[in-house]
Amino acid sequence: MSDRFETHEHDVLIIGAGGAGLRAAIEALGQGASVGVVCKSLLGKAHTVMAEGGIAAAMANVDAADDWRTHFRDTMRGGKMLNNWRMAQIHAQEAPDCVRELEHWGALFDRTDNGQILQRAFGGHTYKRLCHVGDRTGLEMIRTLQDRGVQMGFDVYMECTVTRLLKDGDRVAGAFGYWREQGRFVVFKAKSVVIATGGIGKAWPITSNSWEYTGDGMALAYEAGAALMDMEFVQFHPTGMVWPPGVQGILVTEAVRGEGGILRNKTGERFMERYDPQRMELSTRDVVARAIYTEVREGRGTEHGGAYLDISHKPAEYVKRKLPSMYHQFLELADVDITKRPMEVGPTCHYMMGGIRVDAETAQSTLSGLFAAGEAAAGLHGANRLGGNSLSDLLVFGRRAGLAAAKHASSTPAPSVDSAQIDQAERDALEPFQRKDGESPYAVHRDLQDSMQKLVGIFRNKEDLQRSLGEIDKLKQRLKRISVEGSRLYNPGWHLALDLKSMLAVSEAVALSALAREESRGAHSRIDFQNLDPAWGARNNIIGREGEAMRLRQEKVLETPGELKQILAEGK
Amino acid sequence: MAEAILQIFRGDAKGGAAKECRVPMAPGMVVLDALHYVQAHQIPDLAVRWNCKAGKCGSCSAEVNGRPRLTCKTRMDALPLDKPITIFPMKSFPVIKDLVTDVSWNFRINKKIPPFQPRPGADWKIEQKDVDRVQEFRKCIECFLCQNVCHVLREHDKKEEFGGPRFFVRVAGLEMHPMDGASRAGLLRKELGIGLCNITKCCTEVCPEDIHITDNAIIPLKERVVDEFYDPLLMLVRKIRGVKQSQD
Repeated sequence: MSDRFETHEHDVLIIGAGGAGLRAAIEALGQGASVGVVCKSLLGKAHTVMAEGGIAAAMANVDAADDWRTHFRDTMRGGKMLNNWRMAQIHAQEAPDCVRELEHWGALFDRTDNGQILQRAFGGHTYKRLCHVGDRTGLEMIRTLQDRGVQMGFDVYMECTVTRLLKDGDRVAGAFGYWREQGRFVVFKAKSVVIATGGIGKAWPITSNSWEYTGDGMALAYEAGAALMDMEFVQFHPTGMVWPPGVQGILVTEAVRGEGGILRNKTGERFMERYDPQRMELSTRDVVARAIYTEVREGRGTEHGGAYLDISHKPAEYVKRKLPSMYHQFLELADVDITKRPMEVGPTCHYMMGGIRVDAETAQSTLSGLFAAGEAAAGLHGANRLGGNSLSDLLVFGRRAGLAAAKHASSTPAPSVDSAQIDQAERDALEPFQRKDGESPYAVHRDLQDSMQKLVGIFRNKEDLQRSLGEIDKLKQRLKRISVEGSRLYNPGWHLALDLKSMLAVSEAVALSALAREESRGAHSRIDFQNLDPAWGARNNIIGREGEAMRLRQEKVLETPGELKQILAEGK
Repeated sequence: MAEAILQIFRGDAKGGAAKECRVPMAPGMVVLDALHYVQAHQIPDLAVRWNCKAGKCGSCSAEVNGRPRLTCKTRMDALPLDKPITIFPMKSFPVIKDLVTDVSWNFRINKKIPPFQPRPGADWKIEQKDVDRVQEFRKCIECFLCQNVCHVLREHDKKEEFGGPRFFVRVAGLEMHPMDGASRAGLLRKELGIGLCNITKCCTEVCPEDIHITDNAIIPLKERVVDEFYDPLLMLVRKIRGVKQSQD
């Protein structure tokens, strides 16, 4: 038995080592729990490292009028009121302290003239609210968290992929996975498990996400019986690179617009005047993404099918100081000097608002002992996320998840794991090696991406969504015929074959939820139902598992209490 | 369509050899695009480490035509295409498989570095110029290319005695943090062996973030170590007062 897999035991097991996972780990360690962190890549490479613009927190360093109420209102309005009001409240109230805490752990932010943390403007935020350091805020954040966690003493299992959650009756008991390097199996026993695995961008071909974002955490939770929520809300960031082909989808930070960047179509028109004359380029991401997409579809796109984003009217030195990585990215990858010429940009699949349904206070899922935070969890962002609210989400709810997971662990006896679950997980993982001359995982992945881009993109309709479900069904059949070549030693073909299972489950949840929601709200735009429908505004789509089948039902959106309703009604 | 010929290292800890592959060129293509093409069409189990594909995470380091680079930032059209492009793993770290090396040593070194420690009574009012001064060190993406070319590690394999440029950059980012109150001079001298660096600047040359590793991090840190441990005046004062050298 023991030569088949190694076993590790922790009070709290955290899956994912981006901002949410690391913040959860630090909090759980602080509670005295033994903590294991599992991540698919090397430590410090998670997608948080790519976050550019900043952390939204109503610190009022630049605009003195800002406070949590305004941040709360902006977040709820940006999410088209589908948000979990309590998460939005907690987030707005706790974000400033989380930023200060990060600073006290050694993170360095850009400063105001009087030495405070500088804040910049961003789409959908009433005031200048994003704490930042140039356009590499995420790198500063992940290094700070990673070093603090390492010094506090968590065990990190790098380049290790979890393929299944283990259960003891109705509660979570750990996880099964494999070391990517050697291909050997590993069993983690834990009283609490925190999922912080990020999103599902890799189900689309044009995405800002790296290979890791295959919806693992959502699929693991779903398979284990936890509920998912709001899965139709996939954020297409308005500005990804469009040329050359190899860089298509790579993120162009919203900070370009926050620092004064202007969007134009090929005729030179500042087209946002027609879509949101008040907020213009700093409208919410759903609106700007649809605007660019529409300009291109109606023939006013740039040479390579995007819009122009221009910051060259600002002094070159300013651009290089505030947007250094954008400057280098365009110069080196696209031969464009952004201090002199406009960038070509277009929508790119960026973020999943939906995810694992959690309790606002504890981040616990509907499955006992299973917690979720960050992009993998649902609720805070509703139908559309504001830029900058993700990094603050990671800190606020990462902390809460770690705290609640440690508390849960301290009041729970050690779970037991029956060997049948482990045997099954092992068989499933090795299956692709049993077949010869089957489907290529790369081909199945490409076809899934094409189908999601074409049928479950920015604009959706009933016919396309129904077709996409049919396509996903066919791809599931093909997944059963996949074969992989080579050995278990660092084998990306095998890894992809296993990741595909998660991608297909999550893609199905997205299409199913999108088909049900017969209205347009936030990031979910239906050509056949173009307006907001108040009835749908009161409902969340919930995905659950019944036997082998995926089931969709609706639940009432939590009613916002009176005093907070008052806040929402104030302002413009 | 034009074609590029690649010679990609295939092998593991036991050894290996270059394998020739042909890939169609596309505008703006980078070496990592070519490797992905090979994975999808020719060698499905070709081991390559990568993440962001935008030069921000430092995962895809390799040696392209003998030069250490990030493959996501190395344009194919900047390489001579009349002969094969060689793509080999970083030489200073043990090969796991193909282009993937075991870089775990770096994480062990990092663990030795005392973390940020705020000065007592720090008021957290910081000037932008003090932020700008350390920015350079804090933008390191941990690609480990500097570690890979440093001859102390590459030729002399002194991994037990020497921390390498990456961790001098990290210490510089901590030591020059305007609110930090810890001293890491003892660590630099002993555990990280900064004296072994004879400032050949190979690290600076390969840094994809253009960090002036030698001039701005290593030399000032060497000076700090000298000030702390070898200043004759200070040594005399310490001798008279009977004070021991700090951190030693």
